[in-house]
Amino acid sequence: MEWIQQLVNGISLGSIYALIALGYTMVYGIIKLINFAHGDVFMLGAFIGFFAIARWDMHFIPALLMAMILCAVIGVIIERVAYKRLRNATRIAALITAIGVSLLIEYTVIFFRGAAPEAYPTIFENPSFNVFGVQIDTRSIFILTVSIVLMMLLQFIVHRTKIGKAMRAVSHDADAARLMGINVDNTISATFAIGSALAGAAGVIFGIYYTRIDPLMGVLPGLKAFVAAVLGGIGIIPGAMAGGLVLGVVETVVSALGFSLWRDAAAFVILILILILRPAGIFGKNAREKV
Amino acid sequence: MLKVNDIDVYYGNIQALKGLSLEVNEGEIVTLIGANGAGKSTLLKTLSGLLKPKRGSIEYLGSAIDGKAAQSIVKAGISHVPEGRRVFANMTVEENLELGAYLRKDREGIKKDMEHVYELFPRLFERHKQLSGTLSGGEQQMLAMGRALMAKPKLILMDEPSMGLAPLMVKNIFNIIEMVNKEGVTVLLVEQNANMALSVAHRAYVLETGKIVLSGSAKELQESDEVKAAYLGGL
Ligand SMILES: Nc1ncnc2c1ncn2[C@@H]1O[C@H](COP(=O)(O)OP(=O)(O)OP(=O)(O)O)[C@@H](O)[C@H]1O
Ligand SMILES: [Mg+2]
Repeated sequence: MEWIQQLVNGISLGSIYALIALGYTMVYGIIKLINFAHGDVFMLGAFIGFFAIARWDMHFIPALLMAMILCAVIGVIIERVAYKRLRNATRIAALITAIGVSLLIEYTVIFFRGAAPEAYPTIFENPSFNVFGVQIDTRSIFILTVSIVLMMLLQFIVHRTKIGKAMRAVSHDADAARLMGINVDNTISATFAIGSALAGAAGVIFGIYYTRIDPLMGVLPGLKAFVAAVLGGIGIIPGAMAGGLVLGVVETVVSALGFSLWRDAAAFVILILILILRPAGIFGKNAREKV
Repeated sequence: MLKVNDIDVYYGNIQALKGLSLEVNEGEIVTLIGANGAGKSTLLKTLSGLLKPKRGSIEYLGSAIDGKAAQSIVKAGISHVPEGRRVFANMTVEENLELGAYLRKDREGIKKDMEHVYELFPRLFERHKQLSGTLSGGEQQMLAMGRALMAKPKLILMDEPSMGLAPLMVKNIFNIIEMVNKEGVTVLLVEQNANMALSVAHRAYVLETGKIVLSGSAKELQESDEVKAAYLGGL
């Protein structure tokens, strides 16, 4: 029975990775940039949610929405200010810029509020409930619900809406998309907005789940989400979802087997294995569906 | 309808078009023939706003369009069927057609035009749910043309629609070009297949290393010795 609990924990952790990984993979799909500042947008989302809930007494859902909207705006600003002018630059220049943006965000936050961690308020009265003798963490179920709703919403946007179709068109062939009358710059901004909003949401639910947040909290989950995106096949949306879940479950299993010190290493072992065995990722057969 | 005036176009330091001028009148099929690397695709990309001329002007329906963004050119009624089809391989036939109508808001009109495209290309209708990357070359060409028509263009630019197609399919594609033209769409057709192109066109230009070297009615060019020698395989 404990295994079921562990599995549920693994899936909720994995859905946080998946939400972050989606932003990595969408941005990569459309401009071929590994946006290393993405983990920091996740951190900003966690802090926005924290202030909203703890300081301004907002309810969870409005706080989540506020974090998502502000992160979307931040994502677009990052893209317009830092990355847009590098569209035709070498990939390494863009990558170094992304690392620079990441450090800038982290240390700006530290500059204004210090590096001390913050404790997220509890939002559930009952920490867990019992299903047929299995003790299930309320927050796990809740995280899972939020993630599933957001992922379904994303699938809907990408496949059914005009902007989603534009995103897929631009990621496949930007010039051909221009010939359809698609505004490529706006489409790229929309991709950053959506990816950053998902990272913001991940930040808030991470805060609720792990209760402790700090200005450097985005580094490790960011790297792991990147691994998840590569695992699923970078640029492929369902791949990011699957990669995140697999990674979360693997980490939890590694901990449950008594190797909790190895937990963080697991992600990077997976990264090395996937790069050796199947560099295109699980879903990356022949570069099927990007963004 | 379209007036290109003495344009220079560069890729970095390489000059691809050198003082090129040409004109397309409403209702015509005008063809542009020339060897590989002459600058044909460059001209079409400049007309549709993917490239900007360094010098000269482009006038369309009385207003300047040189240097305008691609989307405003599409909006003004110019559609470009690019070289190599460039269909969105990761999307279905139907989604590709929908993207062709990206800037349009008239749902009813879009629906009607989609039906019309399916009439022109029944093969596309049979495959409307298929991923376009899995279509044959000829079907992809049909899709690229259908997608361009979905924008409801007044002027359509076609870049080597016969490339890599079997003779029967080439014939089919050229029939459709004539049909589309009869429906009132003006056509600027770039072709390697000079024979075919001259047989459907009203007028023609010959492009060599970025410059127009010859122009006239299609008939005149068909009979010109230079064209025969260089582009019609010395027939
Ligand atoms: N992106 C580019 N960068 C640099 N040079 C280019 C680029 N595209 C085209 N050129 C050059 O510009 C010239 C004209 O090319 P263009 O593609 O317009 O020729 P074309 O007439 O369409 O030839 P083809 O019949 O082979 O399609 C060529 O010399 C080509 O090498
Ligand atoms: Mg060409």
